[in-house]
Amino acid sequence: MDAGLPAVPDGTGSPGVDQTEAQLLPDVPDAGWLAEARARVAERPETVGRYFAAAGRQVGRAPLADAPGWHADEAARALLLAALPPGRRAEEAGELYGHGDAGEKRAVLKALPMLGIGAAAVPLLLDAIRTNDTRLVAAALGPCARHLDQPAWRQGVLKCVFMGVRLALVHDLAERADAELATMLGALADERAAAGRTMPDDAITLLRSLTREV
Amino acid sequence: MRIFDPHIHMSSRTTDDYRRMAAAGVRAVVEPAFWQGQPRTNPGSFTDYFDALIGWEPFRASQYGIRHHATIALNPKEAGDPRCRPVLGLLPRYLAKDGVVAVGEIGYDSMTADEDTAFAAQLALAVEHRLPALVHTPHRDKARGTRRSLDVVAESGIPPGMVLIDHLNELTVGLVRESGCWAGFSIYPETKMSPPRMVAILREHGLDRMLVNSAADWGVSDPLLTRVTADAMLDAGFSPDDVDRVMWRNPVEFYGQSGRLDLSEIAEVSPTFAGSSILRGGS
Ligand SMILES: [Zn+2]
Repeated sequence: MDAGLPAVPDGTGSPGVDQTEAQLLPDVPDAGWLAEARARVAERPETVGRYFAAAGRQVGRAPLADAPGWHADEAARALLLAALPPGRRAEEAGELYGHGDAGEKRAVLKALPMLGIGAAAVPLLLDAIRTNDTRLVAAALGPCARHLDQPAWRQGVLKCVFMGVRLALVHDLAERADAELATMLGALADERAAAGRTMPDDAITLLRSLTREV
Repeated sequence: MRIFDPHIHMSSRTTDDYRRMAAAGVRAVVEPAFWQGQPRTNPGSFTDYFDALIGWEPFRASQYGIRHHATIALNPKEAGDPRCRPVLGLLPRYLAKDGVVAVGEIGYDSMTADEDTAFAAQLALAVEHRLPALVHTPHRDKARGTRRSLDVVAESGIPPGMVLIDHLNELTVGLVRESGCWAGFSIYPETKMSPPRMVAILREHGLDRMLVNSAADWGVSDPLLTRVTADAMLDAGFSPDDVDRVMWRNPVEFYGQSGRLDLSEIAEVSPTFAGSSILRGGS
């Protein structure tokens, strides 16, 4: 993005941490509402949309003390999805993402690792990476990005560099970064240098670490 | 000075407008769903547009520290088109969203029977979802259109305090004030209302239930005319508190009735904010 834009919102103060249902559950305010909604959703999966849309108004949007990078509304939405019968999760996650506002889409992306829906997550991740919303791009490269193949994942990382999303938010960056990503980052660095512009510091650090290993 | 523009079509504006609006003191906007100049031919065109109003547009605004909410409806100009009417069935999904603070714009364009039906049906949706309603008054035959709109509002059973009748002028303001509905004024460079005329109306009718907007869209319009009007109020002897009431507290009170107005991210910002980053989690 052009210089002069305000700082990039990524929707979280810390890296996306993989959380399980059991870890998130005790943290969400208004436990009574959530428990009732989860019971209802388990029994009647088609009602999930109503609870999902209203979750933020019900439990608030405060950051959760014991789940770094998670806010109450996102956690409640993830827990609603996780309460669905396993056979319905992929379909409902797709519907809720497709009809969701930015906050709902982000919650679906963050919930994906706890849903066990495998490759069904990929179209959602690719859609999120295609947007220009830095919070969605950052969420798609969190723990759920393990479902992306290597070429799609590299494009996602490169897009983060383009948009100024902090690379600390990319899950498993050190493990997945490879020589091809180094080549792509090197080409971007050359292009920026030719235009008299700089790369973000974290991208320079990553490029140096990759080229040292080669 | 803090400004809340209660009616502006940001999808039709550039990102540079957000930058200029932030510098002028605009910190919150409501974007009503309306038509886009080119007729839509199917419900999918509406849902893509609605999705932008609750997805991309709030993000674009947030980059400049501006809070963006939306109102959702089948607009009066397309309410008579049989290809568009099925969108009425899709509205409840959107009226459940966090960022949707009213049903709107609804009302009349040409005062046809089809427009009557869509208007009444959407007022019923506002009642059902406990949301305020934003009513557009027609450009042609405005006085009769406004009177008829007030009749339909009264028949619907929605409390008048939950209704904003917009695009008013010297000839229609009296009717609306008698009804108990909120009165909206769109300040335009050429048509509709000008800043000096707006100041005169505020002098005559007071500040209670009065809303001032730019209604800026793809036409000849200016997103900074809310600020120009605020300055004109000060020049005419209104106090800074009067300006804050019309330009901030009144829209907060009206849309706050939805229970969904979320201004938390801009609450701590000083009134002199002029475009620097205040974004949650920004690096
Ligand atoms: Zn309008």
